[in-house]
Amino acid sequence: MSDKPVSCPREKRLWSEEFSVAAGEQSFVERRQLGKFLLLTSAAMFAGQIWLLAKDAFTKRVHTIWPRKAVALESELAVGAAKVFAYPGPQDNCLLIRVDEERYVAYSQKCTHLSCAVVYSAGNRRLECPCHEGYFSIEDGHVIQGPPPRPLPRIELERSGGQLYAKGITVFGQEEAR
Amino acid sequence: MTPEGRSAARKRAARAMDGATILLIVLLIVQIWLLMASVESWLAGHRGVALPAALMSGALFCGCVGLVMLAHRAGRTARTPGTGGAPPPSS
Ligand code: FES
Repeated sequence: MSDKPVSCPREKRLWSEEFSVAAGEQSFVERRQLGKFLLLTSAAMFAGQIWLLAKDAFTKRVHTIWPRKAVALESELAVGAAKVFAYPGPQDNCLLIRVDEERYVAYSQKCTHLSCAVVYSAGNRRLECPCHEGYFSIEDGHVIQGPPPRPLPRIELERSGGQLYAKGITVFGQEEAR
Repeated sequence: MTPEGRSAARKRAARAMDGATILLIVLLIVQIWLLMASVESWLAGHRGVALPAALMSGALFCGCVGLVMLAHRAGRTARTPGTGGAPPPSS
């Protein structure tokens, strides 16, 4: 270590701010540094919250216009049978189920937990996710059991001339927004 | 100030800083939980949570700033005169 005295006052100030000589001072420096780190983490959490607010403000302005798409013939499905179709895009798999003679329901096949593909269990009359045993009701897509945090998005169907059409998607909690 | 008085003041300051740090950690845990819960809730379609959660998080952040400033002040007042600008080691 050099014997040269610190001549620059600014250097001296910085040095003495970060490295106290006395052992007692060291603990104060450590506490201060921990405080700064915690404050930085708090700022990051606040920034995340602002990001959510900005995303919310931006998303509200977007009004999705869903396409109308023929998905199946009514006669194609027996009662209790299911069919996979793509809606609205070719990558968005959905499940169409004939619940009884007159009733058809359709849901997105993507589990709301970690996006595994749900399958229809005719015996249990429910939609099941094989990944973590998340079960959904076929009545309205609500979660019956397991880790999924929200219901499956429901596909709006229209029957016309023996044909079933998909005409929109209802996401839980956003019904009134459409 | 006598050395005993100085030592007591330093102990008090250290305790104040520890208290502030613990409170800071509690506020931070609440803030992390708030962000997690509001994102989850927003994704579930409850859009109204974004603004109150952001306000709350801002208030918690202000609390954290206040606590850090308090801890700094406590640390500064406890500094031994002269050690704040302590001389560099001479050997
Ligand atoms: S991905 Fe479906 S339950 Fe986890």
